[in-house]
Amino acid sequence: MPEPLARAIEVSRRYGDVLALDRLSLDVGDGEIVGLLGPNGAGKSTLLNLLVGLRRPTAGRVELFGGHPRDPVRRKQIGVTPQETGLPPTLRVGEVVDFVAAHYPDPVDRDELLTRFGIEDLRRRQTGGLSGGQKRRLAVALAFVGRPRLVLLDEPTTGLDVSARRALWEAIRAFEGSVLLTSHYLEEIEELADRVVVIGQGRVLADGTVAAVRGLVALRRVSVQATTLPPLAGVVSMTHDNGRTHLMTADSDQLVRELVGTGAPFSDLEIHAASLEEAFLTLTTET
Amino acid sequence: MSLVMTHARYQFLETIRIPVAVIGTMFFPAASMAFFVVPSTGDNPVAATYATASMVVFATSTTCLFQYGIGVSEDRAQPWDPYVRTLPAGAFPRFAGRILNGLVFLVLSFAPVLVIGAVATEATASPVELALGLGALVAGAVPFTLLGLTIGYALPSKAALAVAQLLFFPLAFGGGLMSAPGQAPGWVEVISPYLPTRGAAELMWAAVGDRTPDRTAVLMLAIWTVVLAAGATWAYRRDEGRRFS
Repeated sequence: MPEPLARAIEVSRRYGDVLALDRLSLDVGDGEIVGLLGPNGAGKSTLLNLLVGLRRPTAGRVELFGGHPRDPVRRKQIGVTPQETGLPPTLRVGEVVDFVAAHYPDPVDRDELLTRFGIEDLRRRQTGGLSGGQKRRLAVALAFVGRPRLVLLDEPTTGLDVSARRALWEAIRAFEGSVLLTSHYLEEIEELADRVVVIGQGRVLADGTVAAVRGLVALRRVSVQATTLPPLAGVVSMTHDNGRTHLMTADSDQLVRELVGTGAPFSDLEIHAASLEEAFLTLTTET
Repeated sequence: MSLVMTHARYQFLETIRIPVAVIGTMFFPAASMAFFVVPSTGDNPVAATYATASMVVFATSTTCLFQYGIGVSEDRAQPWDPYVRTLPAGAFPRFAGRILNGLVFLVLSFAPVLVIGAVATEATASPVELALGLGALVAGAVPFTLLGLTIGYALPSKAALAVAQLLFFPLAFGGGLMSAPGQAPGWVEVISPYLPTRGAAELMWAAVGDRTPDRTAVLMLAIWTVVLAAGATWAYRRDEGRRFS
């Protein structure tokens, strides 16, 4: 098997009393598009910061192209979009691209890059005057300036409207290298990634294809007015409050059929798609 | 090396696009020169030369204090700063670029003072004296650069602004920059040898005039340089430890 582009090996990271990563291991292989999915505070950004060399692990090891991420030579082959868009407000869009490009041996042509991300009209504008969405597109575009083999995108489309998000997805999909991106939108990961890694409380909760992980996290919540219920198949977790029972399940149709079949008394049936937060919570409490 | 120039160039562009910041740098020393030095030194070439030298020290020390103190602490607060650290360069080009950019503004701050001194007063300096003065300027600017870096790396931007403002006037006045050499009010003459501004001024006065620098002041300038170098190193490392470890 070829060497992974980026590796985290049994990595832990502590901020004071908070354990952001807990002996987490992850490999990103050549050509892979990996989505890191998890609620806020799960450790996604911390993992990215370790992989790009901004932070050091408290324990364990990170590797970038087989070397240390702090080595600038390794970083020639990556491109990064941080979670927060911070562009120097007085510089023009074209200047920001030129500045970043100056760090790479063979950068992409400026106008070609801006066109790819649909911001070619903004070249002469100062970044301080751009809208939030325009800034975000530029910040993502910057990750691709140096013809990287691996780009790391931390919540690339946060704060964008639907059409801007789609446009950005198109641009990212057109990229031929490897991608590691974080998101807390399942939809975004489904659009872009072939492999999904679910992170919660600093650990890998699930790692698999989009379809496999979707089955894990795309849960339904079936709630009924009833204090006791007979045992039912396919229930991932069960909680009670105010005389109601909430059942988490991957297949609500089958569950309801079975519930009716038992003849157990219940009323006021409700079915919701579980939010990702709820799904994560279920995954976390299960393990 | 070319990366250092790249960083310096874009940092310069960032600053120059806010013209009022540049005018502020140039205006204050020039105005002090026009309002205090020009009318008071009359046709006395010696007094005019010393006063112009004092104003050059005033311009460079305050510019270093503000430029690095506020510039660094503001940059530290911006997400752009950690982003630049993910580019394939170490921390050095950005830092060196910052120092180069600071030097440009240093020149901008004292150039008007020199022009006013030459045109509107009787101040004179031979080419040799000017060259010596440049050396004195560098020796005097180093501790203030370090002071600015200490403030910038140690404090959040609002606190850095306040501290720089609190320091600059006592340093200038207490260092005897507002008076002719040895002519400051009594208590200022007592404390000024212990302030870095006085040491910088002593070197500058000696460079352009017929004067032996005060030993205590020059020794103290050296001590300040060492102390502030330690301070800046401490603050820089602490910041690295907080944000990048």
